[in-house]
Amino acid sequence: MAPRRPAPPIDRRRFLTDAARAAAGCAVAGSLLALYARDARALPAEALRPPGALDEPDFLAACIRCGLCVRDCPYDTLSLADLGEGAATGTPFFTARQIPCEMCDDIPCVKACPTGALDPALTDIDDAKMGVAVLVDQENCLNALGLRCDVCYRVCPAIDKAITLDRMHNERSGHHAIFLPTVHAEHCTGCGKCEQACVLPEATIKVLPIRLARGKAAEHYRLGWEEMERKGGPVVEGIIDLPDRLPEEAPDFAPLMKLPGTGQ
Amino acid sequence: MTDKLTPGRDAVRRKGWLGAHRWLILRRLSQAVFLGIFLLGPWAGIWWVKGDLAGSMTFDVLPLTDPLILLQGMVAGHWPELTALTGALIVLAVYALVGGRVYCSWVCPVNPVTDAAHWLHARLGLPKGWQPKASTRLWLLGTVLAVSALTGTIAWELVNPVTMLQRGIVFGMTAGWALIGAVFLFDLLLARRGWCGRLCPVGAFYGLVGQKSVLRVSAANRAACDDCMDCFAVCPEMAVITPALRGTTAETPLILSPDCTNCGRCIDVCAQDVFRFTHRFDAHPAPGRADPTPSPARQRRAA
Ligand code: SF4
Ligand code: SF4
Ligand code: SF4
Ligand code: SF4
Repeated sequence: MAPRRPAPPIDRRRFLTDAARAAAGCAVAGSLLALYARDARALPAEALRPPGALDEPDFLAACIRCGLCVRDCPYDTLSLADLGEGAATGTPFFTARQIPCEMCDDIPCVKACPTGALDPALTDIDDAKMGVAVLVDQENCLNALGLRCDVCYRVCPAIDKAITLDRMHNERSGHHAIFLPTVHAEHCTGCGKCEQACVLPEATIKVLPIRLARGKAAEHYRLGWEEMERKGGPVVEGIIDLPDRLPEEAPDFAPLMKLPGTGQ
Repeated sequence: MTDKLTPGRDAVRRKGWLGAHRWLILRRLSQAVFLGIFLLGPWAGIWWVKGDLAGSMTFDVLPLTDPLILLQGMVAGHWPELTALTGALIVLAVYALVGGRVYCSWVCPVNPVTDAAHWLHARLGLPKGWQPKASTRLWLLGTVLAVSALTGTIAWELVNPVTMLQRGIVFGMTAGWALIGAVFLFDLLLARRGWCGRLCPVGAFYGLVGQKSVLRVSAANRAACDDCMDCFAVCPEMAVITPALRGTTAETPLILSPDCTNCGRCIDVCAQDVFRFTHRFDAHPAPGRADPTPSPARQRRAA
C-alpha cells in the first residue's frame, strides 16, 4: 500500500471552501445580473425598435449593440440607449415624436445589421412593423372635434391605406361631418411620421408597441359577412335568411302580407 | 535595489527615458488609435470604421465582432448572420495568434483607467485590499454565460464597463462613465489590480482564446537578472513571470501563461534587458541563473 500523504486533506478542504466561496459569489452576482436582465426586457412604450427588429426577447439575444444600424440611418432616427435610459443598455431605438423613421426604400439599417437582430428577411419597408399608430385622444384631436387638420393623414407614407379619414356625423353641430383619422393596423408600419407631425403640444396620435396597441380576436371567431362573401352564399347550407325588419315609418315600407281586419 | 514608487529607475538611467518606456508608449498609442479610428467618423466625418468594439465594419468590407458577445447571444438562443460570425472568427484568429490578452493591454479602453488606478494606488501606498483568486474571473465568465442562457439575453452587455465606456465615447453617451468611475475606485480603494486581474470576464475570455498564442515574452537573458524586482512591480499579472525568470536552464524562459497580457512593460523596466518579445517556438538556449535561489514553487515540487 502506498504511504499516505499528509498534505492533501487540508488542500482538499481548502479547495472545496474556495470553490464553495466562488460558487456562492457567482450565484449572488449571477442572480443580480439575471434580475437586471429580466427588467431590461421591459421596453418602454415610447422606445420603438428599428424596422425588422426581432421580437423583444429575441432581439435581446441577437443585438450585439454595435450601432451599425444607427450609423447607416441617413436621418439620424436611431440612437443607442444609454445606461438607465429605458431600453436595454446599448440597444438601438427611436422616439417617434422626436425623429420618426422615414421608411427608406433600401432599408439601410437592416442591411447594416451584422447579426440579424434586424431581420434581413424584411426587404419591403411597407412590411415593417415597428409599432402601430393609435388615435389615443379623441377629445383633443382636431379632426375628431370636427375641424379639418388632417396633418397625420397627409404625412403618412402609406396614406389611404394605413390611415384614412372616416366620415361620420357630427353630433355636436348636428349638420357637419367629422373626418376621423382611422389607422388600419395591417398597413401601418409604425414609422411615427403621424405622431411626429401632430400639431398639438402633445400628440393625440401615437405609435404604440403592438402589444399595447392591439387586441386579439379569439381563435375560433369568424366574421359571418366575410365568410359569406368568400363563399358566395350562406355559410350553413339550407339556412333560411329571414327578411330584415324595417322601422314602420320607412316611406317605402310595404308589409309582406296584409293582416286581416286592418282595413288595408 | 528597487524603488517601489518608481520601478524602472535603473532602466531609465541605463536606456534613457524613451528606451525604458518604449512598449508603454506604443501601447498607449495603440489604445489611442483603437479609440481614435472609431471617433474619426463621428468627429471628423471620415467613416473608415463604423460601429464599436462589440461589432464594427471597416472600409465597408471588413467585419469585426466581439466573440464573447456573440457567444452570449448564441447560448441565449440566437444564431447570428454570416457577417457577425465572420467578424468573430477573424477576431478569434488574430488573438489566438498574438495572445488573447493583447486585447487587454493594447486595445481595451479600461486598461488606461485601471493602470491609472494602480499608479495612484502605489503612489498613495494603499493596502492591497481584497484579493480574490485570479480564477474568480473564470467563474464569472461561466456565470455570465449561464445567465445569458437562462435569461435569453446577452447578459454581460447590460453592465459591461469595457464596451460601455467605448460605446459611450464613440456614440456620445455619458452614464457609462459612472461604471468606469466605479471600476477605478474599486481598483484604487478595495482591491489592488482587482478588476482586470481578478474579475473581468472579458479578460478571462480572451485569456482562454490566447492559450496557445504564438507571440510571447521570453526572459531570454534571465542569467543577467539582478533581483531588482522591477518587473514584478509593473506586471499586471505578476504570477506569470516567476516560472520563466526563475526557471532552471532546463525550463523554458518563455512566459507561457495565457494570463500574460503581452504588454511588454517588463521589457521596458528591466535595466538588464532580460526580457524580449519572441515566438513560442523560440528554442534559443537561455541558461538559468548561476546561483539559482530555488523559487518557493520549485522547492515545493522538489519536496
Ligand atoms: S428605414 Fe431609414 S429612416 Fe427608418 S430607421 Fe431605417 S435607415 Fe432610418
Ligand atoms: S446593427 Fe443590429 S446588432 Fe448592431 S446595434 Fe443595430 S440592431 Fe443591434
Ligand atoms: S405610423 Fe402613422 S404615418 Fe406611419 S404608417 Fe402608421 S399611420 Fe402612417
Ligand atoms: S481585464 Fe477586462 S477590463 Fe481589463 S484590460 Fe482586459 S478586457 Fe479590459
